[in-house]
Amino acid sequence: MDQKFTGTKNYVATDDLKVAVNAAVMLRRPLLVKGEPGTGKTVLAHEIAKATGAPLIEWNVKSTTKAQQGLYEYDAVARLRDGQLGDERVHDISNYIRKGKLWEAFTSPELPVLLIDEIDKADIEFPNDLLQELDRMSFDVYETGERIEAKERPIVVITSNNEKELPDAFLRRCFFHYIKFPDADTMREIIDVHFPGIQKNLVTKAMEIFYELREVPGLKKKPSTSELLDWLKLLLVEDMPLDILQDRDPTKAIPPLHGALLKNEQDVMMFERLAFMARRQGR
Amino acid sequence: MLLNFLDELRAAGISASLKEHLTLLEALDREVIEQTPEAFYYLSRATFVKDEGLLDRFDQVFQKVFKGVLTDYGQEAVDIPEDWLKAVAEKFLSAEEMEKIKSLGDWDEIMETLKKRLEEQQGRHQGGNKWIGTGGTSPFGNGGYNPEGVRIGGESRHKRAIKVWEKREFANLDNTKELGTRNIKMALRRLRRFAREGAADELDLDATIRGTARQGFLDIHMRPERHNAVKLLLFLDVGGSMDPHIKLCEELFSAANAEFKNLEFFYFHNCLYEGVWKDNRRRWAERTKTWDVLHKYGHDYKIVFVGDAAMSPYEISHPGGSVEHMNEEAGHVWLSRVTHTYPACVWLNPEPQRIWDYSQSNKMVRQLMNDRMYPLTLEGLDDAMRELSRKQG
Repeated sequence: MDQKFTGTKNYVATDDLKVAVNAAVMLRRPLLVKGEPGTGKTVLAHEIAKATGAPLIEWNVKSTTKAQQGLYEYDAVARLRDGQLGDERVHDISNYIRKGKLWEAFTSPELPVLLIDEIDKADIEFPNDLLQELDRMSFDVYETGERIEAKERPIVVITSNNEKELPDAFLRRCFFHYIKFPDADTMREIIDVHFPGIQKNLVTKAMEIFYELREVPGLKKKPSTSELLDWLKLLLVEDMPLDILQDRDPTKAIPPLHGALLKNEQDVMMFERLAFMARRQGR
Repeated sequence: MLLNFLDELRAAGISASLKEHLTLLEALDREVIEQTPEAFYYLSRATFVKDEGLLDRFDQVFQKVFKGVLTDYGQEAVDIPEDWLKAVAEKFLSAEEMEKIKSLGDWDEIMETLKKRLEEQQGRHQGGNKWIGTGGTSPFGNGGYNPEGVRIGGESRHKRAIKVWEKREFANLDNTKELGTRNIKMALRRLRRFAREGAADELDLDATIRGTARQGFLDIHMRPERHNAVKLLLFLDVGGSMDPHIKLCEELFSAANAEFKNLEFFYFHNCLYEGVWKDNRRRWAERTKTWDVLHKYGHDYKIVFVGDAAMSPYEISHPGGSVEHMNEEAGHVWLSRVTHTYPACVWLNPEPQRIWDYSQSNKMVRQLMNDRMYPLTLEGLDDAMRELSRKQG
């Protein structure tokens, strides 16, 4: 895996992101990615996997996820049931140990990319419980007494939405990258990658509206890259004539198909109100 | 030279450790990056900064250290007076004029010259073409035009400066939290009392084995999941002298809200009287009688007051002492009622402990609380939680 990550056909990576990814891949330290929702944190792991040709193992963390579930789970109920029925399998405890995602990643025949998605969703102790395992890339299975060790340290990508702060000891072991909201130039590149051959002026106009919308103060959820892409897709599918965007009728201040951009009825209402006020001033 | 960088980072409050430093050295050793200043900047940023709120500070430190190291002029980085750099006016240059300005040479040469200039220059300078200052055509300073300009602070005008970290794109993310919610949550964890209640959805292995052995057939026992069963009643002082502490109280509240399932809260102003409320906008319209609160929540609830206890002594000692309304019973009566009903009871004070003694009302409240008043700091919170979890009676 000597070749460096430079983004892929479908993913525009900024210079700082490339450096962070390469450092994490070469030194095999986990890469912690934060950023506004919709700036492509999860997609990054998919793209790293694609770029390096490695299989991707996804571990989606929820509020009820325990660190142990990433290692393995011992299904005692199944063993009890089998014991009751006199099943032969009952004599071997390893029949009832279910592998977790970390185990899968450690023993994968090919070097995998392990994505731990939205680590901040879990309990506050969750990252601490994974410290040793991620550091040494090994853990013990107490039921069978065996030790699972990674032959080669997998590439680990961790995403966080900042709902909970992560402990220092955990952070020390990671590289960190904050995906900031793309500027207009990067955004144009991203759009090019997703919609090659889209009309230039449609993009220009749409981006103008989009960035204007992001500037509206007090929006509950600012539209992000993924929303812009959705919106453009809709505009293309609906075959929206360019002039609707271009000479925006001041009486219809809300951009067409705004549902893709504004996800909150309060935001839509506020935007309408602001537009109404702008209209009155304009008169 | 990089150790100096580490020291500077730590001095700036970025909690970088030897671990990160070694990681950085390892990465340099393995040639993760090409040898350009930008790549080094990106790599060290990914290594040292773990919170987007600190990115801006990192940029500043990097600028300071990097400037000192790369330019190599003396041991200490030259301190450039800020008013030199205040962009006051910008010389308007035509295209031909821009053509005329020749670049001085490569980076080293520029830095060498800069060093000399710095030594020669004594005062603020503006508008010339040799000295450092603002608005000129010298390669040094800011706001001027030269193809190889090195910008020192201030805003970029012609977008030609070499350094990215000076852009300080993350300036608006800097949010220094002295007492982050994580810390608060960790302190609140002391108060965890695990209990099993609710729906039985977890296998009780021990009970199952015991049951199976006794019955002779599989006898599965289930039990509810363990969770924090501590009950907390929060009384928050709002308005007036509490306004400077709103942020701290909000953090405490959000941390407590996430940590405890059985959390109830009420607001009061200055001192507890016969009525409390839950919504500050409707504090006069929707009040709860304090008697009802005392009756509704069992004595196993733990009480936390949050307030600065700074008020007129009469607000505690006399009926009718309240600044807002006619209270029939004095504040101390209500406070004693609470402390008598609930054995576990503390008062958290956001004011620093050293000024507590200057206020008469603070002493009175402390007396009423049996000295169970703690400062709203991590240590104070820790002590308060220990007091609350102490076996009562």
